[in-house]
Amino acid sequence: MPSFLPYLYHTLFPPTVRYPDILLIDFGLIMAGIGLLGFMTKTRRWGWLWREWLTTVDHKKIAVMYLIAAIVMLFRGGIDAEMLRAQLALPTTKFMPAAQYDEVFTTHGTIMIFFMAMPFIFALFNAVVPLMIGARDVAFPRINAMSYWLFAFGAILFNISFVIGGSPNAGWTAYPPYTGLAFNPGPGENYYFLALIIAGMGTTMTGVNFLVTTVRMRAPGMTLMRMPMFVWSTMITSALILFAFPPLTVALAMSLFDRLFGSSFFTLTRGGMPMMYVNLFWLFGHPEVYILVIPLFGVFSEVVSTFSKKQLFGYPVMVVSMLAIMFLSYGTWVHHFFTMGAGPAVNAFFGLSTMLIAIPTGVKIFNWIFTMWGGRIQLTVAMLYQLAFIPTFVIGGASGVMLAVVPADYQFHNSYFLIAHFHNVIIGGTLFGLLSGLYYWWPKMFGMKLNERQGKVAFWLFFIGFWITFTPQYLLGLKGMTRRLYTYPIGMGWHELNVISTFGALIMGAAFVALVYNIVWSLLYGEKDLTGDPWNGRTLEWALPSPVPEYNFARIPVVHERDAWWAMKQRGQSLADLKPEDVRDVEMPRNTPIPFLLGASFFVVGFGMTFKFWPIAIMGFVGVILCILFSGFDYEDHHHLKADVIRSTEASLGRLQG
Amino acid sequence: MSLPLAEEQVQKLPLEFADEKESVNITGFWMFLVTDVLVFGSLFSTYAVMRHSYAMGPTADQLFKMGPVMLETLLLLTSSFTIGLGVFAMRKGQTRALMFWLLLTMLLGAGFVTTEIHDFVSFAAIGATWHTSAFLSAFDILVGTHGAHVTFGIFWALTLLLQLRKRGITARTARKIYTFSLYWHFLDIVWIFIFTFVYLNGKIV
Amino acid sequence: MLFGRFRKPYRALVLAAIAVGLLSTGCGQQYVVLHPVGPVGEKELHLMELAALAMAIVIVIVFTLYFYAVIRFRDTPGNRAPYRPDWHTNKWLEVLWWVLPAALLTVIAIPTVQVTFELAHVPKAKDPVVIDVTSLTWKWLFEYPGQHIATVNYLEIPTNVPVLFELTADSPMNTLWIPQLGGMEYTMPNRVLPLWLQANKTGVYWGDSAQYSGVGFEKMFFKVKAVPMKDFDAWASQVHTTSTPMTLAVYHKLLRHDTMGKALYSRYPRDTFPTIASGFTLTGSGMYMTMNGQKGRIVYMPMSRSN
Repeated sequence: MPSFLPYLYHTLFPPTVRYPDILLIDFGLIMAGIGLLGFMTKTRRWGWLWREWLTTVDHKKIAVMYLIAAIVMLFRGGIDAEMLRAQLALPTTKFMPAAQYDEVFTTHGTIMIFFMAMPFIFALFNAVVPLMIGARDVAFPRINAMSYWLFAFGAILFNISFVIGGSPNAGWTAYPPYTGLAFNPGPGENYYFLALIIAGMGTTMTGVNFLVTTVRMRAPGMTLMRMPMFVWSTMITSALILFAFPPLTVALAMSLFDRLFGSSFFTLTRGGMPMMYVNLFWLFGHPEVYILVIPLFGVFSEVVSTFSKKQLFGYPVMVVSMLAIMFLSYGTWVHHFFTMGAGPAVNAFFGLSTMLIAIPTGVKIFNWIFTMWGGRIQLTVAMLYQLAFIPTFVIGGASGVMLAVVPADYQFHNSYFLIAHFHNVIIGGTLFGLLSGLYYWWPKMFGMKLNERQGKVAFWLFFIGFWITFTPQYLLGLKGMTRRLYTYPIGMGWHELNVISTFGALIMGAAFVALVYNIVWSLLYGEKDLTGDPWNGRTLEWALPSPVPEYNFARIPVVHERDAWWAMKQRGQSLADLKPEDVRDVEMPRNTPIPFLLGASFFVVGFGMTFKFWPIAIMGFVGVILCILFSGFDYEDHHHLKADVIRSTEASLGRLQG
Repeated sequence: MSLPLAEEQVQKLPLEFADEKESVNITGFWMFLVTDVLVFGSLFSTYAVMRHSYAMGPTADQLFKMGPVMLETLLLLTSSFTIGLGVFAMRKGQTRALMFWLLLTMLLGAGFVTTEIHDFVSFAAIGATWHTSAFLSAFDILVGTHGAHVTFGIFWALTLLLQLRKRGITARTARKIYTFSLYWHFLDIVWIFIFTFVYLNGKIV
Repeated sequence: MLFGRFRKPYRALVLAAIAVGLLSTGCGQQYVVLHPVGPVGEKELHLMELAALAMAIVIVIVFTLYFYAVIRFRDTPGNRAPYRPDWHTNKWLEVLWWVLPAALLTVIAIPTVQVTFELAHVPKAKDPVVIDVTSLTWKWLFEYPGQHIATVNYLEIPTNVPVLFELTADSPMNTLWIPQLGGMEYTMPNRVLPLWLQANKTGVYWGDSAQYSGVGFEKMFFKVKAVPMKDFDAWASQVHTTSTPMTLAVYHKLLRHDTMGKALYSRYPRDTFPTIASGFTLTGSGMYMTMNGQKGRIVYMPMSRSN
């Protein structure tokens, strides 16, 4: 045994994680953990936490959990970004060691995409999609909870990597053969592959869930062409997830097997073909960028029509253009590697298909502008993000078209021009959209508004900080600076622009602080939303009280047209005219610990495999099997909510007649 | 969205479709199968790309023995037929017949897996593991993933047998049997592709 | 050629726009992508300018409509702009904005395809100088099969002659990029990819790897010296006579995971660069059809027949 302990110590805490800053963070985490444990025990919150949150299957609570995770991950990814900018601000600096820099840019990209943007999107899906379509829950509430816990434990597995064992360091794309054992020993990349496989399973299940929800669970009368645009975007995103994530899972699993079990898919020797990984990865990766942006097209469509007090312009065209983007997005993946020798014919084809996808996207921009045309624009924070999105996304899209020009891409590829481009569309499209949706639906989720004045401060900091950060990066690309560079020599003329860029990053950091302050302040002192319809909304979720009761709709509404709630208000109707005899017993899903335990078991499997502690991995695997068996034999997965309970809840909200 | 069917039409549907919730579950299972199609699609494309990367290892022609493969094909195709008979029995409400066909399906599936494992062990005995070449890696993961699916299916069928014994044919168990049959037919289709594009192709070309 | 006709008028406009950016940050020559010295880089730059112009048109149109809408239709008391809450369709407008981007993209797409195919072939007029490039872990190995010399982290090329790089890797992937000569191409293990570049001006340029490959990858900068053909030949024969040869032992030393400075070798072992005989895939078949027989050492085959 004595020799085992040093081995364990060296495996879990190799020299690569013994940096002073990481030790400091370890210390902070331990103290915060002890503090949290003490607080929870002192206030006797454990039972509450378990009953109300860890075992919940309610889509509204799962949305809140997704949201918390996303904001925490935004913090982590943002810290990574600030560290990167600090390192790059001046030439030949050594703000941190090169090995650590490599880990930081890898975790920055991976976390922002898989553990920030995706859960944030799912938070919005969960928060409002069932409400918008007049449903009591998603199609599979338990699977919804499993998705969340798989994502959450995948994220935890990924995030413990910087504390023990060492973080992944091969970039968020993790191209082999650099991820192979020959060049990358240690557990770092195992973390990446396992965490993404586990979280990816959860994402795939979310895709299945929301596709079935939007296809099968809509209220009577809500035909496809009467769905709110956000529901359309949910449906299309879910379909994209269904088709995009399996190739990723396969590619990740193969890379993992190369590392753990000595197979030879992408190795240098024995005929391995790294190119195959690149193809599979981008076969996922390109639809993924549309998975990241199409939901926000939906958010913007809702926000722009609400705050222009006007119907969405060109609804059928909006639907057609989203469907066109969905189909085309599977035919553009090679544009991520024009310079990998696919030959001129292939490159020309994929260059053209990439330009083609710009057309439906451009059409959407025009439709949003003409939704405002002839409306009455209210400059709320949600609308400000929308207004910032249009010019930002247009410029990002324009630089995207420049990258689609194949010969030009030979000069832009992997340069800071590319970096600026994709941050331009991901921040301008995805992050602005997420924040717009957050401000828009916050009253529905939490029952109070986010303070508008503070929100505007955060908005302007984000917007200005964004442009100060990324405009110089376009120019750096033209000066030949390439991505993932640890440091650069003096005399290239790169440092002035880098200093400006770092300054912008600091402003964006301040914006994040302002955002969190805004959230905390509003939770404590925010203006309560008593009507349930603070924005004079158009879609069904605003017909409900805020926050929404567990069963959502006491009586399932019947839909007769688009913007159903707006039309009801125009006719002087409301859902508040509920008669006691309309209320019936409701079948609700029962809470269950299985999703949480399943996620925890997968975490154990992942942890065991990361360090090749096979007994631990097998224990986790047994846990997974037990969870699956238990849910197979569990027939008591729902309970009946009595009509009396619903009547008294509705009466206390003042929505019951008589 | 409720199905746009009149009440008497709903009555005529099979048990698992008549129940709104179970019918949604079946839609969900189809969606799951879509993702599985994509998984196998990715594995097939990997195999297609790597099928000549023999490195120092044996070629497909040297490795494959058609005898066991024919046996596996026969077993799996027959099991697809028996699970079909099982669903037929379920539609007629015959619990015992259903359980018999399900058991037979499991046994045929087990025969398939045993033959396949035997085949793989014989490959390993001559040193043809996935460590040897990219071709063998791609072959092993494609056929192995299919085999793992079949193995999982056998255990799934076992749990269904237990549930049937306890509860008989209800909307819920009927839905489970129906989704299991979809899964099993799907694996059969995948095997036909493996048989054609991997084994036959490897032998002929 | 289509884009040639458009060149003159828009060029001044784009350069003016770019100049604003340059003035704010000083030396314009450091915008290497905008100052190509060879035909490949120039063609790529022309396309960038064309695309930038077309996109500028889109941006101007969108921004005009956008700012007009945002300013005119604010929800302020006494706003006299028409309020039409149910106006949601206009056939002609919607047709217009399918057609407008499509038209602009067509203008970009046609020269894109033309140039893509054009740059895939070394011009037939001149025999190119061939350089076999192997990216090693954090260093570049350049072998000159015609001159029988090898260099590390240093390139010397003749001017006004196409240079054909054959790229492979004995390491994770890297990307060879010499921005002032033209675009980049990946180096990949088990594959050989082609890239041709040309310098029309003598001078010293820089190149690097644009693909991350480990902790030392930022040390993969190298100098590229372009000299007239006569000087190049003199340099090559001087290296051939005065430098030490690269033996297999030296090559194995290069394979170590470290960084190093410039080095010159008078000879190099044959099998340090892959040939078709060693089972490697040679791609970019079109480029090589005209080259068959020009180089005795490697037999080029189209991709479909390889393996």
